[in-house]
Amino acid sequence: MSALSRPLARLLEKPWLWAFVGAALVWLATIPFTPGRGAGDVLTAAFTFATFFVIVGIGQMFVITLGPGNVDLSIPATITLAGSVATKLMDGQDALIALGFVAAMGCGLAVGVFNYALIRALRIPPIIATLSSSFIIQSTAIAYGRGLRIKPPPALAEFTTARVLGMPVLAICVIVLAALMSVVLHRTIYGRSVIAIGQNQRAARLAGIAVDRTRLATYVMSALFASLCGYLLSAFSGGASLNMGEEYLLASIAVVVIGGTSVAGGFANLPGLWGAALFLFLIVTMLNTYGLGAGIRYVLTGLIIIAVITAAGGRKPLR
Amino acid sequence: MTSTLLAPRTLRAILPAVSLALLLAAIFWLQPRTMSYTGLNLMLNLAIPIALATIAQMFVLCVNELDLSIGAYVGYVACVTATWLVESPPLGIAALMAGILVYAGLGALIHLRNLPSIVVTLGMSFVWLGVAVLILPRPGGTSPEWIRWLMKLHTPVVPFPIIAATVIAIVVHVALMRTAYGSILRGAGGNPRAIERAGWSLLKIKVVMFALAGVFGMLAGMALIGLTTSGDANIAARYTLLSIAGAILGGCEFVGGRVSPAGAVIGAITLTLAGSFLSFLRISPDWQIGATGAILILVLALRALINRAEERQ
Amino acid sequence: MTAPIVELDGVAKSFGAVRALAGVGLVVDAGTCLGLVGHNGAGKSTLMQILAGTLAPDRGRIGVAGQDLSRGYDVVTAQRHGIRCVFQELSLCPNLSVAENARVFHPSIRGMGWRRRAAELVVAGLDRIFPRHGIEPGEVVGDLSIARRQMVEIARAFSVTDVPVRLVILDEPTSSLDALVAEQLLAFVRRFVAEGGSAILISHLLGEILETSDRVVVMRDGLVVEARAAADFSRESLVAAMGSVAEAASDRAAGFVSRRQGEPACRASPADQGQGPELRAWPGEVVGLAGLAGHGQTDMLVALFEQLGPKRSALVAGDRQTDGIFPLWSIAANISVGSLRDMVHGLLIDPGAEVELAEEWRRRIGIRTPDMANNILSLSGGNQQKALFARALGSTADIVLMDDPMRGVDVGTKQEVYAILRAEAARGRTFVWYTTEMDELAHCDHVYVFRDGRITAELAADALTEEKVLHASFADEAA
Repeated sequence: MSALSRPLARLLEKPWLWAFVGAALVWLATIPFTPGRGAGDVLTAAFTFATFFVIVGIGQMFVITLGPGNVDLSIPATITLAGSVATKLMDGQDALIALGFVAAMGCGLAVGVFNYALIRALRIPPIIATLSSSFIIQSTAIAYGRGLRIKPPPALAEFTTARVLGMPVLAICVIVLAALMSVVLHRTIYGRSVIAIGQNQRAARLAGIAVDRTRLATYVMSALFASLCGYLLSAFSGGASLNMGEEYLLASIAVVVIGGTSVAGGFANLPGLWGAALFLFLIVTMLNTYGLGAGIRYVLTGLIIIAVITAAGGRKPLR
Repeated sequence: MTSTLLAPRTLRAILPAVSLALLLAAIFWLQPRTMSYTGLNLMLNLAIPIALATIAQMFVLCVNELDLSIGAYVGYVACVTATWLVESPPLGIAALMAGILVYAGLGALIHLRNLPSIVVTLGMSFVWLGVAVLILPRPGGTSPEWIRWLMKLHTPVVPFPIIAATVIAIVVHVALMRTAYGSILRGAGGNPRAIERAGWSLLKIKVVMFALAGVFGMLAGMALIGLTTSGDANIAARYTLLSIAGAILGGCEFVGGRVSPAGAVIGAITLTLAGSFLSFLRISPDWQIGATGAILILVLALRALINRAEERQ
Repeated sequence: MTAPIVELDGVAKSFGAVRALAGVGLVVDAGTCLGLVGHNGAGKSTLMQILAGTLAPDRGRIGVAGQDLSRGYDVVTAQRHGIRCVFQELSLCPNLSVAENARVFHPSIRGMGWRRRAAELVVAGLDRIFPRHGIEPGEVVGDLSIARRQMVEIARAFSVTDVPVRLVILDEPTSSLDALVAEQLLAFVRRFVAEGGSAILISHLLGEILETSDRVVVMRDGLVVEARAAADFSRESLVAAMGSVAEAASDRAAGFVSRRQGEPACRASPADQGQGPELRAWPGEVVGLAGLAGHGQTDMLVALFEQLGPKRSALVAGDRQTDGIFPLWSIAANISVGSLRDMVHGLLIDPGAEVELAEEWRRRIGIRTPDMANNILSLSGGNQQKALFARALGSTADIVLMDDPMRGVDVGTKQEVYAILRAEAARGRTFVWYTTEMDELAHCDHVYVFRDGRITAELAADALTEEKVLHASFADEAA
């Protein structure tokens, strides 16, 4: 046995490895067919868009880690609401960037508290609670944002599209954010509590863990990250739109599943989110490069998710 | 002692019908002209595909799963119906049958690999959407003549949608609630281990229930094309949410196999009418979805209150 | 003499590292009722699940009516040979009606008029066993009381369509029935046996066993330790065969010193207590909760835990899989989860402190593993339980609540843990200890006996006798 084999074996055990391997393979399969655009450009674009997947993925991951039945379906509606509210309040003025941020976070806080209140007070599964609330949030966003044609503040738009050495600044920030959240997950009482609840909620309660407080915090956090995504996305894409959150329901769950987090709860990792988000975006790029239409793209995205979840298997169903 | 009329179980059972009656009364009061053959026909014909999709969702709920792909699947069926079923019926029929087979296969996959149904069906929603886009890239197509004829049927005295809804409710009620095998299917939602211990195959039950969901989703897509006469991949995107909401409004529980076909149909009609009601109130269509959510929360809150009263007894 | 209905030989079953059955033989003759007794964890329910076909044995022979059916024995085989089982946890579908539940059990009820036939079948069964039962076949099972569900379950097990019923296993059938209905059931079992059927009766109520059975089999630690005619047993000899109170009890009673001075560390009453003694525990005391399993002791512990909060109290789960273990975590993480608050420096948990705590307890309580970073499930059942003790004892809580923690734990481990408990109590910690094993009550300073969710007796160590505990646990029988 060589001295290398042990670190290698440990690397092979990492749940997030396969997402990165998949992303790298797809990237390699794409670059020979991208005339005029270098391999670096493809990566830059991938990091740019993956950033938004990762932001919502973090929140969704903590929710899913709470165990069977926990999932946040209100993320797309929350993205739209926070994006619309922030854009309208900032009214394209750089001076109001902070105000917009506070407003977006306020939306997230309200949504998160409302979601958990429904779960607790009506004693309904989180799927149904977040689904019901998403209807209301979506309507609020539509009613509030109707006819919205406001540009984001230039400074904020510039920040979301800035690059350093080809690397999007926002992506760097979110890599740091993911690293921070990884510490939160593994090294704080809150993170340990989330993982413990996901493995066995009753045992967690009997071990003295504050189950209700932890779950409330997690649903609030998921809504906050969705709001952050909405805030940044509206600045990035030149304004809020009513369907801006649409693709993030599948994306938020897909990056968690593909990233090697257990859908049955109690086991999570942050790096996998990045691997999975890059993988998802690069797949789309690859199919575009090959000249395949939207239909094939949808079919393959769906099949990949089903294949990954089938390969990973499930301990218990999510509901 | 409370009278049996106020017993929690009775209250829960009549809640859907009472909500519908109240809503209808309010609509008639606001807009007396709707209390006519044409008025009811106009308000209710879109309820038929929604009711069929809700029944499909109910089958899946009955075995403690959830189908987030039903809307996309109905869209797929609509695209097949509007194109292949008109141009080349054998191909169209084969495509529709394949859809049902895929549903049955999903049931088997979810059971055998013990997968979370929401992730699998969320993935499937993209597959259906993709295939639908491939079949019909732009809105278009036409309805097969016989489906259009059926959906526009001018029945005497009672409008067709009411007859259709009644027939759907009765057929499914008899099949699921009154047959010998139906009790096994429902029992699998109530206590799967007991059903297994009694020697029944849970795999077969899951496959049957998902296949039934596929059949009713197919009927929903065909009925929808009969009304709209042209197809679009996104035509039924809202059906996923509406079907879940309708089933729950109709008294179906999320787990435990407690379902009600008649309730599901009533729930679907209530949701459809809620749209008309809001427009009669001159409330902006922006709030349509929000109203669905609010109604859902209201009904769930009422149910939670009833349950709590029951516990206290 | 015809061949016995059931013949089990050398049946063994292990769950992971825990050995539930260690080669058990059992014979049931036609036209007899076999009583099966033993403490919790003795292996009775596992054995019955194997006989009913819901659990496959690791090895052993299963013979039914002279035929060897060991290969591929399952539920369907058992049913085809007329073996029925009333399980301890109910196996009715709560969302179906009484009649529909009968249908689930009888595949031959189908076609036109099946509802009527199913209803007739189950009502006839109920009438036969429980006259004046008052249960309607159309009622949804979830709306029935627990006792009535149990009655439906029993009637269903005895109902016949195409296969004659030859053996019915009744696992604690009277636990949720009132005395009159239980009497009806036992009388019916006698009639059923007299007509040539067979039954296996499992019960903690020894009087019930002695009155109803022809033969009694005693199980202990996964083995059959005695099997004789019921007439050869008395209550005392039966209790002795199940495992008697250790001799040490009298020694402890002699040197017993009450610690009941000053303020108690905690006090509480069960929710349904009404009048009667209140549970109190003083610093340094080991307080025992006795009585039959499921009579409110666990609820009492959980209520105490909620009342005291995680800073003052820690709970040692007995049902490791559902209440204790975090299956994806290492042994160390499973221990440190009880002390996270004390290991935080700044905002973060100190990994060094975690390792230190785990290593300290590996030494003190003797967890046998090469590496505390290994997964908790790599441990044997006894060592998993030690880790759960370490979680509670390693925390700063001064009151430790224990929920029958020695279930399925080997004798050696028990002795080690008892010694640590005494040492910790001597240092001023309070223990509230629910146990179903008589021997363990001898380690307690003060014992409260539970029945039907209430405390029925309070005994200090110097007044503790098995007779008194039994008397208080079986209030009905003693009367």
